[in-house]
Amino acid sequence: MTYMIVAKNCTGCGACEFECPNKAIKEKGGAFAIDPKKCTECVGHFDTQQCAAACPVPRTCIPAPAA
Amino acid sequence: MHQNIVALSSIGRFKSPSESKGCSVTSHDNAMSCGTAKRPEDLPQAVWAKIQDHPCYSEDAHHYFARMHIAVAPACNIQCNYCNRKYDCSNESRPGVVSEKLTPQQALEKTLAVAAAAPQLSVVGVAGPGDALANAGRTFAAFELVAKALPHLKLCLSTNGLALPDHVDRIVAMGVDHVTITINMVDPQIGAQIYPWIFFRHRRWEGVDASRILHERQMEGLEALTARGVLVKVNSVLIPGVNDGHLAIVNEAVRARGAFLHNIMPLISDAAHGTHFGLTGRRGPTPDELRLTQDRLGANAKLMRHCRQCRADAVGLLGEDRGAEFTLDKLGATKPFDPRQREMYLSVVERERADRRKAQETAQMEMTTPDSPVLVAVATKGGGRVNLHFGHATEFQIYEVDSRGARFVGHRRTEKYCGDGHGEDAAMAATIAALGGVSAVLCAKIGERPRERLAAAGVVATDQYAFEYIEASAITWCSTRFQNADRAASA
Repeated sequence: MTYMIVAKNCTGCGACEFECPNKAIKEKGGAFAIDPKKCTECVGHFDTQQCAAACPVPRTCIPAPAA
Repeated sequence: MHQNIVALSSIGRFKSPSESKGCSVTSHDNAMSCGTAKRPEDLPQAVWAKIQDHPCYSEDAHHYFARMHIAVAPACNIQCNYCNRKYDCSNESRPGVVSEKLTPQQALEKTLAVAAAAPQLSVVGVAGPGDALANAGRTFAAFELVAKALPHLKLCLSTNGLALPDHVDRIVAMGVDHVTITINMVDPQIGAQIYPWIFFRHRRWEGVDASRILHERQMEGLEALTARGVLVKVNSVLIPGVNDGHLAIVNEAVRARGAFLHNIMPLISDAAHGTHFGLTGRRGPTPDELRLTQDRLGANAKLMRHCRQCRADAVGLLGEDRGAEFTLDKLGATKPFDPRQREMYLSVVERERADRRKAQETAQMEMTTPDSPVLVAVATKGGGRVNLHFGHATEFQIYEVDSRGARFVGHRRTEKYCGDGHGEDAAMAATIAALGGVSAVLCAKIGERPRERLAAAGVVATDQYAFEYIEASAITWCSTRFQNADRAASA
């Protein structure tokens, strides 16, 4: 259970990075990426996924498909 | 030194026209008509001290002083229907090449480079490309570095207001004495048509709820700042069909809470920008609609009319953008900032301001009053003088001349007429359209062909006032025209 960022849509604004309670989000080559090992989908912290709620681009910060 | 900056050499070179004529009528009642006092005596000294070299807060200062925006704030906490983050915010910072994001340290390096190259630099601001306070950590870190290295620079920031109440203490403590809040509505029902959502207190809010929160936070932040003596400018985007009939109420609400200036900016809307308004065909206002809306707010509205809606990484005087000269890859080894150069510039400006005012008073004294107000367009690269070639102008400053003298009322953008030789006809047609309602163009020089084309469109273009002060030249041109008209009528 983790979220991911669609790199080609990412504007690199970093709004998600500020909000992540797990410090799971880092910039990588102009776009941001979520470390799946650290992402908890905000369970235990917040009711909604903070990165997805803050992201300005639709369908860009989304649940990662099951591996 | 770059062509487009007011070089120390060029500003002091020309003799003041005031020496040849008498003096002096002073008209104070009109000085606040664009919200930005021209003269110190119109304002409390403490306020004038804050704005006299801030080009965005003082119409007079915008002739002499430069600002730079440092793009340290890419994230935003709200979504506006006139903004698509892929291209920067197209209204708070005009679209184009996406600005280079800077770390606070890089912002300091850039500021040092600009300060060394341009003694006109007075202000460093954070205006995005997102929201300065949605990136408060980076914004304040950059301010701390700049304030330490270059304490003479003023700091300012621009915000949508959502996070503002949380940061008022820090803003005051850092000595940021100019804050701009974008307030497009005071009615959440109208807000719902502008803001699809906000991110606040760890969740996303939509519809009227979102706008109600935003509105309450904006008012709370505005009140808190003005109570602490911070000068607040309010920006409103004029969106025809959404808030055009509402901005008078916004104006009242923000003035009641102590806003110093209200800047009504035209919506920039284009499907190519990918904004909701652009994609759904919501158009921006025409220059006439903008002027009508501004005029409807009345004489006490504290309007700002010289805003250029600059980019979040703009550098230079308001009408220009030298940002491309100071990108990270060009910073390298720059010469250090020299405070003596800045002091010299300040003393030149002081003298120029006094001379320019005297020239205007002299011209006014001898003026023949036109029957109705006349609009005069001026090609200038700063310094308060007619000093730009017609073909090099990308905008014209518009002055209204009537019995009270000449006042700046706005600017009109255009394409350079002189270019690579292609599309001159199209550029000329666009310029003529942009100059609708204008009687004359004053410039440093103009070619025969464009002069004839303008004449055919009913606009007199002249380089007779090259390098003279703007207001005095506009008044003198009008007087001469009406004297000639009188003579022709009586002959």
